Amino acid sequence: MTHFGSLRMEKVSRSFGRFRALRELDLEIEGGEFIALLGPSGCGKSTALNCLAGLLPLTGGAITVDGERIDNVPPERRGFGMVFQNYALFPHLSVHDNVAFGLKMARVPKAERNLRVAQALALVHLAEHARKRPGQLSGGQQQRVAIARAVVLEPRLVLMDEPLSNLDAALRLEMRTEIRRLHQRLGLTTVYVTHDQEEALSLADRLVVLRDGTTQQIGTPEEVYGSPANRYVAGFMGYRNMLDVTVTTGAGAGGDGGRTRVDLADGRLAGTRRDGAPDAGDAVAAVRPEDLDVAAAAGAADSGTDGLDFAVPATVEVVEYHGRELAVQGRLSDGQRVHFRTRTRLAPDDAVELTAPPERVLVFPREEAGAPDPPPRRPAAGETPDPKASEAVAP
Amino acid sequence: MSADAREGRPALRHRLAERGVDRTTMLVLPGVAFLLVLFCYPFVYGLQLSFQPAEGGGPFANYRTFFEDPYLRETIWLTLRLAVPAALINCLAAVPVAFRTRGVFRGRRLVMTLLVMPITLGTVLTAQGLLGYLGANGWFNKILTGIGIIDQPLGLVHNYWGVLASLVISGFPFSYLLTLSYLTGIDPSLERAAATLGASRRQRFRHVLLPLLAPGLAITFCLSFVLAFAVFPSAQLVGDPRGSTHVISIEAYEAAFQQFDYPMGSAIAMIMAAVMLVVVALVLTWRSLLYRGATGGKG
Ligand SMILES: Nc1ncnc2c1ncn2[C@@H]1O[C@H](COP(=O)(O)OP(=O)(O)O)[C@@H](O)[C@H]1O
Ligand SMILES: [Mg+2]
Repeated sequence: MTHFGSLRMEKVSRSFGRFRALRELDLEIEGGEFIALLGPSGCGKSTALNCLAGLLPLTGGAITVDGERIDNVPPERRGFGMVFQNYALFPHLSVHDNVAFGLKMARVPKAERNLRVAQALALVHLAEHARKRPGQLSGGQQQRVAIARAVVLEPRLVLMDEPLSNLDAALRLEMRTEIRRLHQRLGLTTVYVTHDQEEALSLADRLVVLRDGTTQQIGTPEEVYGSPANRYVAGFMGYRNMLDVTVTTGAGAGGDGGRTRVDLADGRLAGTRRDGAPDAGDAVAAVRPEDLDVAAAAGAADSGTDGLDFAVPATVEVVEYHGRELAVQGRLSDGQRVHFRTRTRLAPDDAVELTAPPERVLVFPREEAGAPDPPPRRPAAGETPDPKASEAVAP
Repeated sequence: MSADAREGRPALRHRLAERGVDRTTMLVLPGVAFLLVLFCYPFVYGLQLSFQPAEGGGPFANYRTFFEDPYLRETIWLTLRLAVPAALINCLAAVPVAFRTRGVFRGRRLVMTLLVMPITLGTVLTAQGLLGYLGANGWFNKILTGIGIIDQPLGLVHNYWGVLASLVISGFPFSYLLTLSYLTGIDPSLERAAATLGASRRQRFRHVLLPLLAPGLAITFCLSFVLAFAVFPSAQLVGDPRGSTHVISIEAYEAAFQQFDYPMGSAIAMIMAAVMLVVVALVLTWRSLLYRGATGGKG
């Protein structure tokens, strides 16, 4: 195994004309690490990956491997393997010859070449398809050939650009496990690009969250999932409720992590202050649907609600059956939408009181420096489309 | 339909559909009719005419005359000697030029227009240009003699080279456009993948692009060859029509329209067709041995 000690990207930037697709990405990758670049479509993930691979020249910054500058080295001499979103298998070569391609270019003797190809194909369970052409394989099989083709060279870094995005849901899960297994088995340093936060969280040792070419947060899955750096990352990590609130007491006043009380829509919640959250005044509280609890359904709790210190009243609007629990869309008294999950049987127009553990209510500043757009929402399966979006589509 | 279904055989419509025949396919019918009227009928007519020699002597008399007269027989060789190199040059020159111009760059439109311009010139204008530029009193020779590189003007027209130059000028735009479309049909990520697998620029061309381009090049060669094989005006205008560029179409023209021996003219036309078919068949046979499937690109 050819490991490097560390690969360092310093202020790596890439512009297309005046458009800055990637801005000053700073990242240090340890040998053996699995890094995920995460962000919505168009945020510069592929640009970053292509810069690493040498397929795209940088317009600024430097890339070094163990102190040696490599950003002017052409791709064929970097020794990085790459798995493409569309697999990019050579259609005129058999599966065997596809996997053998890199070894052939490196002039590896035929006997060793055949042995290593056989091993790589066995690794991805494709030994019996070696003689087929890529066109005769299914999508998942083609993806495995692409992976075998990249790892057979034992590259010091494997780059994967949304390798699973062309597969159907079941196959995607299976291949995800496969990729994790391969990484554990071979220990290849990997940079994995995806727009799917679940994929990133489940595979990576560390995540890099990108937005419009700028780095939002770098951290372990726990860090990014549990304490997103800003409301954009929070939105991307499943904090689907972004509630406009007013901070009333900076209880444990001070910096990051302090407790605070926020008022909203005839109710109040206890929350945790994140970087830059104000001591008083307007803010945004980010809460995951699964962290909101139904404290009391109306009627059953005629007397009880007033006893709750921290709760927000809401009216149920849409109820979706999701097996073990219900996914509910409600509305607060001030008109804000709220999403939550519950096992309580609810029906539209029911009135409920919602609570949440203070450490799961993250309070962010209302306006973010240099981030004018609200975070994109990823519609959950079965969700009715945003009324605004459907208006835009209609002529 | 129902009778078919009862016998457990799929209905005609389904059987046709399985072979890719549906109502849209019927749109080729006018094309087929056109082909019959404009190609098959003259061909069959010419074929039977060629077997009715004007001066008797059995059905094959015209063909015998052609192959027994060395002056006539040699036209096949003289034409091949022009058409094959011209087609090869066109194909081989088109590859690097298409390669250079496939990407998006400033001035691409201008460059493409300049490359394709010769199509609009036509053979006669091209010939005139060649005579003026490469002739004994043309600029080219004048400049060379002027700066003292040569004493005597080079004989670049009214011989083999003049015709070859004319064929390349008029044939290149077609092969270039064809090659360009084949080239842009190849998925660019294949080359990128090859690069990350350690293939140098040359190796990428040799092992990825060329194999995927080869079937298209075979077609380009065939079209180029067929265009060049029928060379007529330039052989007359910038060539040496009684000598080194005494091509087969000149003979066919003279037989038919100067001696008014239509059967002989038809026979020569049939021989032309046969020679072209042989060459095209050889190239296509070679092509059938290549990979011809999808090249993964935008098509
Ligand atoms: N060759 C190019 N020319 C101009 N703009 C480009 C080019 N490649 C990418 N971009 C732009 O850069 C941004 C980032 O692209 P990309 O890295 O492909 O995003 P993604 O995160 O979806 O992989 C996009 O807005 C895209 O339009
Ligand atoms: Mg991308």
